[in-house]
Amino acid sequence: MKIAFTTKGIYWDSVMDSRFGRTEYILVYDDETKELTNFDNRSISNEAHGAGPKTAQKLYEFNPDILITGNGPGGNAASVLKQAGIKVFIGASEMSVKEAYEKYKNNVLEGL
Amino acid sequence: MNIAIASGKGGTGKTTLSTNLAMLLAESQKVVLSDLDVEEPNSGLFIEAELLHEENKFKMIPEWTKDKCTLCGICQDVCNFHAVIQLGTKIMVFPQLCHSCYACSELCPTEALPMIPKKMGVLKHFNSGNLSFIESRLDIGEEQAVPLIAQTIQYVNENFSDNIIRIYDAPPGTSCPVIEATKDADFVMLVTEPTPFGLHDLKLAMETMRELKKDFGVVVNRYGIGNDDVLKYCTTEAIPILAKIPNDRRIAELYSSGKLIYNQHPEVRKQLDSIKNCILELNQMSAR
Repeated sequence: MKIAFTTKGIYWDSVMDSRFGRTEYILVYDDETKELTNFDNRSISNEAHGAGPKTAQKLYEFNPDILITGNGPGGNAASVLKQAGIKVFIGASEMSVKEAYEKYKNNVLEGL
Repeated sequence: MNIAIASGKGGTGKTTLSTNLAMLLAESQKVVLSDLDVEEPNSGLFIEAELLHEENKFKMIPEWTKDKCTLCGICQDVCNFHAVIQLGTKIMVFPQLCHSCYACSELCPTEALPMIPKKMGVLKHFNSGNLSFIESRLDIGEEQAVPLIAQTIQYVNENFSDNIIRIYDAPPGTSCPVIEATKDADFVMLVTEPTPFGLHDLKLAMETMRELKKDFGVVVNRYGIGNDDVLKYCTTEAIPILAKIPNDRRIAELYSSGKLIYNQHPEVRKQLDSIKNCILELNQMSAR
């Protein structure tokens, strides 16, 4: 299973980014291969409009099963994620990626 | 003659000035007042007039025709607003993000994205004596004011002669809706209050008007509060102060009960008379 995170860095102890569309990085963890890959999304700050759908489309390319994020996607991004069949968990703000993953594992995060 | 009444800061008195000035002008000539703050129009709260006409307003957005689509991806590449995105074998359109530029539709090689009308708001046309009042209201959930503002100005242009003075009550701020509401103005009145916050946003508004190459002047509202930095700044920048509307509890009381002020408050009347004279002078100059 592949799990995506919205983050401000590229390591397990990096801080989560509470934003979805304008997240700085996307980290993707494959729990079968134990591989952690990252995508630098910082160019999104140049976009005045449609950051949500754009990031959602990028996420779709990584084909994750789960997204763990902070505040949650806006309406447009949520409809892309739904279409892409990505299950979203929110509430993972102000914590490290590792903590967010553990909270998800312990069923503490709220599913959308 | 198009006069736009704008401001940087919100709540400085654009609507107070627009409605009172329009009614004052209407005592002696035909005037059109148009509320372009389509996200929250409020001029109508102060105007008693008869509804003459009402029409729905539409913007054009693309609709994906699956059977014609070859999934070439040109549509999403040409969209500057990420309003069209390709997701696997599906094209998703986000009407709220679409700016009706037609790029995706026109450049689609297989005509798979025809433009279709989508209702975005309602325009109402009222009349009371010399005053024509045009108000547009964006539907709840619509995010873009610009297309409705543009169509409202177009309605005014199509229904009234150039000679009639038109007052446009613009939205606050300095973003796209303000640009749309002021870009065709012959003169812009920037309403401010004499506070640090007022001055800060006035500077932004002035910068915007200079960029648009507009003639503009400043109306100081709630004169008497804050400090004289706004006046000093305007003097330094050689910007005319068109009027100073006093800070008076009586004005707030009238406003909060939905009443006009120009006919109840001699000092306000005096200040508005000087703005009126300024407009009539500008109008004569433009008629020459």
